[in-house]
Amino acid sequence: MSERAPGSTSVLDDLFAVTRGEGRAALVGYLPAGYPDIPGSQAVMRAMLDGGCDLIEVGLPFSDPVLDGQVIQAAQQRALAAGTRIADVLRTVESVTSAGGRAVVMTYFNPVLAYGPERFARDLAAAGGSGVITPDLIVDEAQFWLDATEGAGIAPIFLVAPSSPMDRIVLTAGASRGFLYAASTMGVTGTRDQVASSAPELVSRCRQATDLPVAVGLGVRTADQAAEIAGYADAVIVGSAFVALAGGPGGAAAVAGLAAELATGVRSADRTHQETSA
Amino acid sequence: MTAPHGRPRPDGLPRPSDGLTGTSHDPDARGYFGSMGGRWLPEALVAALDEIADAYDKARFDPEFLTELDRLAETYAGRPSPLSEAARLTEHVGGARILLKREDLNHTGSHKINNVLGQALLTRKMGKRRVIAETGAGQHGVATATAAALLGLDCTIYMGSVDTRRQALNVARMKLLGATVVAVDSGSATLKDAINEAFRDWVTNVASTSYIFGTAAGPHPFPMIVRDLQRIIGLEARQQVLELTGRLPDAVVACVGGGSNAIGTFHAFLDDPGVRLVGAEAGGDGMETGRHASTISGGSVGVLHGARSYLLQDDEGQITESHSISAGLDYPGVGPEHSHLAEIGRAEYVSVTDAEAMDAFALLTRTEGIIPAIESAHAVAAAVKAAAEIGPAGIVLINISGRGDKDMETAMEWFGLDRPDGVSAAATATK
Ligand SMILES: Cc1ncc(COP(=O)(O)O)c(C=O)c1O
Repeated sequence: MSERAPGSTSVLDDLFAVTRGEGRAALVGYLPAGYPDIPGSQAVMRAMLDGGCDLIEVGLPFSDPVLDGQVIQAAQQRALAAGTRIADVLRTVESVTSAGGRAVVMTYFNPVLAYGPERFARDLAAAGGSGVITPDLIVDEAQFWLDATEGAGIAPIFLVAPSSPMDRIVLTAGASRGFLYAASTMGVTGTRDQVASSAPELVSRCRQATDLPVAVGLGVRTADQAAEIAGYADAVIVGSAFVALAGGPGGAAAVAGLAAELATGVRSADRTHQETSA
Repeated sequence: MTAPHGRPRPDGLPRPSDGLTGTSHDPDARGYFGSMGGRWLPEALVAALDEIADAYDKARFDPEFLTELDRLAETYAGRPSPLSEAARLTEHVGGARILLKREDLNHTGSHKINNVLGQALLTRKMGKRRVIAETGAGQHGVATATAAALLGLDCTIYMGSVDTRRQALNVARMKLLGATVVAVDSGSATLKDAINEAFRDWVTNVASTSYIFGTAAGPHPFPMIVRDLQRIIGLEARQQVLELTGRLPDAVVACVGGGSNAIGTFHAFLDDPGVRLVGAEAGGDGMETGRHASTISGGSVGVLHGARSYLLQDDEGQITESHSISAGLDYPGVGPEHSHLAEIGRAEYVSVTDAEAMDAFALLTRTEGIIPAIESAHAVAAAVKAAAEIGPAGIVLINISGRGDKDMETAMEWFGLDRPDGVSAAATATK
């Protein structure tokens, strides 16, 4: 990509039109802004783009991340200790989008409430961001947030879990824009050796509920796992594996290497079983 | 008042089941008390919360469940708890007549057992074999481990590593009772982080595991269930005060961590407009220092641990660390019903510093021979002030939520009890 993507839901719609056209899944990489420090996180995100990530999930570090395992908890704590503020997160989004990348923010909800939901949605759109993933906001509480994101033209992206009954998947998908985030397993972020069997089952239930693209996250670290998920989902989200490398000795170069492997993975899936409509 | 299912108690006092039958102060269907409460947590846990809510809706009208709850409360936990006349404390203060509701005399040493027995029975009803809980002071952890031993459930307790150090005795107790105690190092390593870690366990193991929440906070339906199971404190106390004095108290005072003992005590008096409800929050080093745990008096509204409520946060919504000498009050959040009562002005919340609480700790000990939990000592301090204001014609009821055995090490340090002059240091507090 060469020109800066405008911040709107259509950026995500266009992305999935392209990946579906290419018969592959999108690769989404997560990193908290401010980890290992603010310029460092921006460099790592550029490395993710260079390696082949289609979308960057820019984390807004939070003091009490209940859905995160130790790797991402520690990274958020370090980002906060380094003084990362919401303005830094927005500037980090801008650094991704002005490098030609696409970005969404992933944030627990209390910081958004404190910043002001409408202001947050507006400022994120201005930074070129296209959506917000909110792991601890359920649709039942979200009407004002749907209004705020719609007003700013960005996508509210909600999560469903293996425990979600069908009626809640329908409700959650109905409120989501851009894509629906399917948690592969019951649990918190962190790498796992195998993709949980609950993931394909959940994605197939999502397919019954919605035509929205379905992204699978939680626990992915290898190209094989990415290929496996790409066989039935529209996007593969990788977090802890990138975060672990970003803070390690290999830094951005190692991150770019992993992104390249995963990008091969999402293109090598056997998608013969999949019947998604583009 | 008697439960519909059982014979009345010979003394005519209410039973725990009387707290479960619903009140005009129940939250709405989405779990809101006014604008406070709700469910602010991951979708992955919604099904489990619905399951608990459904099980509770059945249990509260199930004679078998209610009878078992009452039986355990009476034959195992020691209910009803007495009301004590605090004659020497009253004389010392020279104000209103002070009465003490004695939750410190319950099995395991605090009000926490009231809640835990109910939730553990509910766990059994739901067919789950494993319970988890968070704990600050260790009292809720001990109570949960106790109920788990009684009912044969697997039990894991999450406790901040700062608290495992300052409440070492309770850690030993939980281990003896067969629980696994996990020391939590993340964040501030206190109660809020223990709750985070318990939520992480729950979201991973929700199919087999019940989360026995320790206070009247968290996502709906926890604030309602915990409140209902604690309502027996106020139901009993209201009748005991009436029998003893022939009238209602002028003020009812309880300490507020997450708010379970306070809401359980206040609730029976909500519709008595002449009764002041006073919640004592932990003031730590003092509000002006910023090092405190006075969530309502010194915080602002946000979402934490599943509910919209007051909390301690910075200008960008990051949760700030609370500070208190009392592990059980050292929490930057508070239950939504208290936030609602504060918002509508029905209850008042005051801040009590570490020093004021420790003075009150020594005072109650010296005047009444009751060593309270340091949490409860915050209520004593606030009540002494209220009693002085109200004057000798009035009556003040204090809920003594727990006993101070677990706090001996903190008291030794505070008063220098291992020094030769230590005892007199404690004694000066009563002057
Ligand atoms: C004796 C005692 N009182 C009070 C509390 C505070 O909890 P709550 O506000 O839920 O009553 C605790 C908590 O550990 C406690 O142990």
